[in-house]
Amino acid sequence: MTSAETGPKIQTRNLDFYYGPTRALKNVTLDCHDRRVTAIIGPSGCGKSTFIRTLNRMNDVIPGTRVEGRILLDGEDIRAPEVDVVELRRRVGMVFQKPNPFPKSIFDNVAYGLRINGWRDRRRLDEVVERSLRGAALWDEVKDRLGENAFALSGGQQQRLCIARSLAVEPEVILFDEPCSAIDPIATAKVEDLIEKLKTRYTVVIVTHNMQQAARVSDYTAFMMLGELVEFGRTEKIFTAPASRLTEDYITGRFG
Amino acid sequence: MKRPARKKIAQALGFLALRLAMAVVLAVLILLLGDIVRKGGGAISWEFLSQAPRRGMTEGGIFPAIVGTFLVTVITAVLAVPLGMSAAVYLNEYARQTRLTRLIRLSIRNLSGVPSIVYGLFGVILFVNALRLGTSVLSAGLTLGLMTLPWTITAGEEALKTIPDSYREGALALGATKWQTIRTNVLPYAVPGMLTGTVLGLARAAGETAPILFTGAAFYLPALPKSPGDQFMALPYHLYIMATQHHAILKVRPLAYGTALVLIFLVLGMNMAAIVVRYRLRKKQR
Amino acid sequence: MSKPERPIDEELKVLKEKLLEMASRAEEQIATAVRGLRDREEALACRVLDREEAINLLDVEIDEMCMRLLALRQPMATDLRFITSAMKISNDVERIGDLAVNIAERTIELLKAPQLKPLIDIPRMAQMAQDMVRDALNAFVGSDDKLARNVCERDDQVDQLNDQVFRELLTYMMQDPGTISRAVGLILVGRHLERIADHATNIGEDVIYMVRGQTIKHHVDEVGRATGLKGCPGGG
Repeated sequence: MTSAETGPKIQTRNLDFYYGPTRALKNVTLDCHDRRVTAIIGPSGCGKSTFIRTLNRMNDVIPGTRVEGRILLDGEDIRAPEVDVVELRRRVGMVFQKPNPFPKSIFDNVAYGLRINGWRDRRRLDEVVERSLRGAALWDEVKDRLGENAFALSGGQQQRLCIARSLAVEPEVILFDEPCSAIDPIATAKVEDLIEKLKTRYTVVIVTHNMQQAARVSDYTAFMMLGELVEFGRTEKIFTAPASRLTEDYITGRFG
Repeated sequence: MKRPARKKIAQALGFLALRLAMAVVLAVLILLLGDIVRKGGGAISWEFLSQAPRRGMTEGGIFPAIVGTFLVTVITAVLAVPLGMSAAVYLNEYARQTRLTRLIRLSIRNLSGVPSIVYGLFGVILFVNALRLGTSVLSAGLTLGLMTLPWTITAGEEALKTIPDSYREGALALGATKWQTIRTNVLPYAVPGMLTGTVLGLARAAGETAPILFTGAAFYLPALPKSPGDQFMALPYHLYIMATQHHAILKVRPLAYGTALVLIFLVLGMNMAAIVVRYRLRKKQR
Repeated sequence: MSKPERPIDEELKVLKEKLLEMASRAEEQIATAVRGLRDREEALACRVLDREEAINLLDVEIDEMCMRLLALRQPMATDLRFITSAMKISNDVERIGDLAVNIAERTIELLKAPQLKPLIDIPRMAQMAQDMVRDALNAFVGSDDKLARNVCERDDQVDQLNDQVFRELLTYMMQDPGTISRAVGLILVGRHLERIADHATNIGEDVIYMVRGQTIKHHVDEVGRATGLKGCPGGG
């Protein structure tokens, strides 16, 4: 847990999101602080995944959706017409719920983001792949078999590979969408460790249905319900003495 | 846990019925193939495969028909494969799922059920007459290409659907453009499936008679086509003539069976090739 | 703590009952000890010594129960505050029990000599301290932060009374050095009672934290200013 305040990296202002006529996010105003971990918790269907996916505009690919309000990255609106969504996603990386390595070698997985940017120089690729795998605490486990197919890795290793893959393009923010829901407790502990380390360099936003996990890894916690942000604050405050009755009921297991 | 006896019997009966059904299908296939091999096997010789028919098709071989079928299939492939795959990529990756795309998809499904003679007549109108391509290899190939398109599109779409969305999302999240995502992270994994469907469609086209009947296939033409504008002989049409139209129909029966055997092995060979290609590509990716 | 029953609710109820039992035993110990001193009955003092063990056992039991709940249920928010408060409160109550024993021990010493003077202020102090302990526990059980605050405020009265006792006994000692050992004994009793009130005050502070989620320790006078629920971005 880090105590000093840092400036906001991502800010949402009165954010609304619609799937067709359904309003999935209602007036969400929230700051994700720079180089801190912000956890988003809430019952299933509360909009937490929808929220995190608006931050790198991953929802753009779903037809029939609509966003209102503002999302600022370093103070600039990421939905402004001059913003290149491809460039945005390079700056705001994402790790998904289920590990989704590509059916390629471990090396090619990590190099993917670089190659689509036209990197060809093998030596530079080697360098970045190693650095990224080290950054994801996976290097020692895979350094002798970089050519092997990524599917040969265990679930937890696959998830760290996906983290390495997003580190390779040097993002500023990493979004985690329930990153541990499909892996075992030991692997989860490793990923949590990693998140703790990542925040020295990156801004991390993590959606989790596991409150203990939110309590363990995050500096700030947001509680959402039915598309609304109910409470946002420092994690220790939310989990020891939440201000809202709804938050209280949720984290003490009275519903959800 | 013990299951009640009645359930056991029901299950045994069910399996028995399924096995019987399979046995019937296999038996028919084997009988058919066996009959053709037995009656046509004698006709197969190097001469039969490499020479043109002589004396009003009562002697000689079927070489021009083999070449004709090969050429027309190449043209079919050149039209159907790129167009079909592109259409599949568009429909599955780019098009929004609106009423219009649903209508288009439904039409494509229906087109694959249209009788082949209808394609033949359409080919006459469009390629032979309107586009003035005449009765030729080109007209016939294009007609078969049109007929194969719905198959290749459908096969392509099905193959693309088997690629998990997580590949697409993963690539997009790394800052890939839509096209980069499709090119590097979707198509490579869909191609084996697409190829299989496409080759099956081509094999079917190679065996068709009706679409080439009016668009380019010649009754009797001992010479090979010199340009795409020439008429040609084709195996299925040749077989049709030998089996139903020939003036000395009983005399040429062995030749007809020989032709049928070659055609069947050609189609079978293409299907095998599709399986091998798919297996190789899959293995490379694992 | 209304709403649907959760598995943890039953355990919290048991924990609460145990704490109440412990507190009522401690209260009785104070009463018995002071009655023994006032009425000069050694049997009462001895009874206090005998009953000490039960309180210690309850303390251990409560601690173990809290540890188990923390480890197995991973409580959050009010549950968490309830359990951590329970641990601290049981600690305070155990100390209160010890202090009652100390009073009983002083009594046995004092009974060896004739009575110095009839006791008035010390029984009053004892009553006040006892009331504070009871109210603090009632505040805990009823999540009543007003009552808890009231307990904290009463601590000053006990302190004043203690000063008064001390000054009075000082004059005895100055007049007649022969009274010194008995006077010191009574001064110590007053001091024990004052400590009991302090522990009751600690309990009150813990209850306020438990109810409001805000620490008010070490600056009790700010209790009145501590606000209720604070607004949060996005609203409830």
